[in-house]
Amino acid sequence: MFNWISQTIAVTGLNLRTIPRRLSSSGVAIIGIAGVVIVLVSVLSIAAGFTAAMRQTGSESRALIMRSGADSEMTSGLGGPEVDIIKQAPGMKHQGQTPLASAELYVIIDLPKISTGTAANVPMRGVDQTAPLVRDDARIVEGRMLTFGTNEVVVGRGASFQFAGLTVGNEIKSGQNSWKVVGVFEANGGIAETEVWCDARVLQSAYRRGNTFQTVLVKLESTDAFNTLRDWLLANPQVNVQVRHESEYYAQQSRALSGLIQGVGFGIAALMGIGAVFGAILTMYTAVSTRSREIATLRALGFNATSVVVSVLAESLALGAIGGALGGVAAYLAFNGYRTSTMNFSTFSQVAFAFQVTPQLLVMGLIYALLMGLVGGLFPAIRAARLPIPSALREL
Amino acid sequence: MKFLPLLWSSLWRKKTRTIFTLLSVFVAFLLFGLLMTIRTAFSFGVEIAGIDRLILIHKVSLIMPLPISYLERLRATEGVSMATHQTWFGGVYQDPSNFFAQMAVEPQPFMRIYPEFKLPPEQMAAWLADRQGAVVGVDLAKRFGWKLGDKIPIQGTIWRPKQGEIWEFNIVGLYDGEAGVDKTQLFFRYDYLDENRGRGEGLVGWYVVKIAEASQAQEMSAKFDAMFANSSAETKTTTEKGFVEGFAKQMGDIGAIMIAILIAVLFTMLLVAANTMAQSVRERTAEVGVLKTLGFSNASILALVLSESVLIAVIGGGLGLLAAWVIVQGGDPTGGMLPVFMLPTRDVSAGAALVLLLGVVAGVLPAVNAMQLKITDALRRA
Repeated sequence: MFNWISQTIAVTGLNLRTIPRRLSSSGVAIIGIAGVVIVLVSVLSIAAGFTAAMRQTGSESRALIMRSGADSEMTSGLGGPEVDIIKQAPGMKHQGQTPLASAELYVIIDLPKISTGTAANVPMRGVDQTAPLVRDDARIVEGRMLTFGTNEVVVGRGASFQFAGLTVGNEIKSGQNSWKVVGVFEANGGIAETEVWCDARVLQSAYRRGNTFQTVLVKLESTDAFNTLRDWLLANPQVNVQVRHESEYYAQQSRALSGLIQGVGFGIAALMGIGAVFGAILTMYTAVSTRSREIATLRALGFNATSVVVSVLAESLALGAIGGALGGVAAYLAFNGYRTSTMNFSTFSQVAFAFQVTPQLLVMGLIYALLMGLVGGLFPAIRAARLPIPSALREL
Repeated sequence: MKFLPLLWSSLWRKKTRTIFTLLSVFVAFLLFGLLMTIRTAFSFGVEIAGIDRLILIHKVSLIMPLPISYLERLRATEGVSMATHQTWFGGVYQDPSNFFAQMAVEPQPFMRIYPEFKLPPEQMAAWLADRQGAVVGVDLAKRFGWKLGDKIPIQGTIWRPKQGEIWEFNIVGLYDGEAGVDKTQLFFRYDYLDENRGRGEGLVGWYVVKIAEASQAQEMSAKFDAMFANSSAETKTTTEKGFVEGFAKQMGDIGAIMIAILIAVLFTMLLVAANTMAQSVRERTAEVGVLKTLGFSNASILALVLSESVLIAVIGGGLGLLAAWVIVQGGDPTGGMLPVFMLPTRDVSAGAALVLLLGVVAGVLPAVNAMQLKITDALRRA
């Protein structure tokens, strides 16, 4: 047993130390595997970033009230009287006598995207005076909060990066309205950072919406108060609404797009992986065939077949590990934190987010790389072990 | 041509190596085909968007409606050959995940302005006769198993009927179209929508105007926007092509990302193929020496090695493109998220050119090396 181990270590060491000698073919395998890992990690980092933006928005401690049957904030609609009734519901947190419930409007405003110069559907949210208390995860990082009753707006950090003109002190024109940017806010990197916030009452008149709103966002007294609130509202015949945890709403919103991105990412990476496995197999075959005489000599000297198999596998795993690590690092450097925005079809509006190369993705990439190395080395290893000693020695 | 057997036997000198090289080239071009398809899907059929059709939307945003009174003014404008309007319906069929586009249109002007939608005349007549009639694309009908005469309930989200929330449509027609035409939409009559919606009478989503001279697109756009300036609903006019392009850009840099991935794939595959070719020529140094001794000229050695590598690229790459094409014929795998799911001919030609390029680039270095070999060296090195 000890003999076998020391043999294996000796041959494996020999193989690994001579990798630099076969630089060109080893390099091909490494680059091939690294390429696959880059693609896998970077495509999945898009999905991770998008999902994270959607997840960080929704809070368990808030409930979103929309008209029943509406599939998004965009298509919901609530009349002013209905909103007044909703605000009387139990289960909401109160500040003094005021219930922490923000009646909101959600519309789209056309603003040019900085990267392309073409118009993009930027979400604009009309909020009411309780909004800073309801949306307590948002904080102003530049300028100040808007003054209610005026045409002032505050913009999300993501929106100010992606769309032209959203800087403090600037005025944006939209049709016959103009809005004055007075502040920039952050909201834990959530989707709210893509939005432009203004006074709902001002937006009502600017968009000719009369006394109507689209949603009411409620700060719950406690997470248990959700059922109280929902049961009361559903039992009340004067309103026709649906009540959801805000977190659940955004998770559902992100499902379609992140599913699509993940599908595309895994599909491409799987296919590319197959290609890279062929590359690895070719490399290892070449490595084995150029050394068939050496291997045969070792076998003739009494080294056993399994130690040869292990040594070839170890070499190809090492190539996989190097490729995986290189690919992971490259993907991290190139894409982590890369900001972009895309269209969320359920609300027809833009979502700004940053790619996230998470540790899980890096580990996944590395595992995939090792797997490719393993599969790529298997057949050549078996061939090396099966090499008939006399003819191999005679070869060349 | 007479060297074909020689070429063939040197190709199969090491079977496993050749097979794996073929497979990696195959995978590379399969990916090429699929990525190009995805890229086309994300550009929403911008290739077929008309340049003589202009889209008028509300200046503030696409979601803001326009008054129907603009229609007569547009039709009366000089240089306009046709004008009509469309309204996004955005209803839900059974479940929100069953997303597809539904639009309220005026049947006759709509079908004239969009000749790419092919509808049999008798179905057109049926549509005109049935106020609740709807026309659906063949792909959409296939997706849900709809047939002519079916009654489809759709829940209104933006537009709700005066009572309840369900709208009913009768399928009276199935439209078809060439590859690249979106055949996943449902069109129904605007008069049915307008008479039955609870609010918003007299509002339309946007206007589509066909102009007589495509070259006048810019002037006409400016003219329309000036016509409605300072009204309660100002407009923004773009060509349909510009509109679709702008819309596609809203999806983000999908096209750029696809190209980046492709470059990574092709570069990797090029490396693998080139390395294999070089290796296989190196192993045959002695054989090259023998060929030269037999009187093969330098040029024919060069041609022989190059054609070997081109042959591998053409077989592997050709099969890969073919496989991609076959897969794409199967249709959109996401069930409606990518309505334009096709592999454009332009990209197939680009793929074919890349195949040849790969073959030449991978083979050129070993071929030149082989050509420059001196007979004595080659024979001694064996």
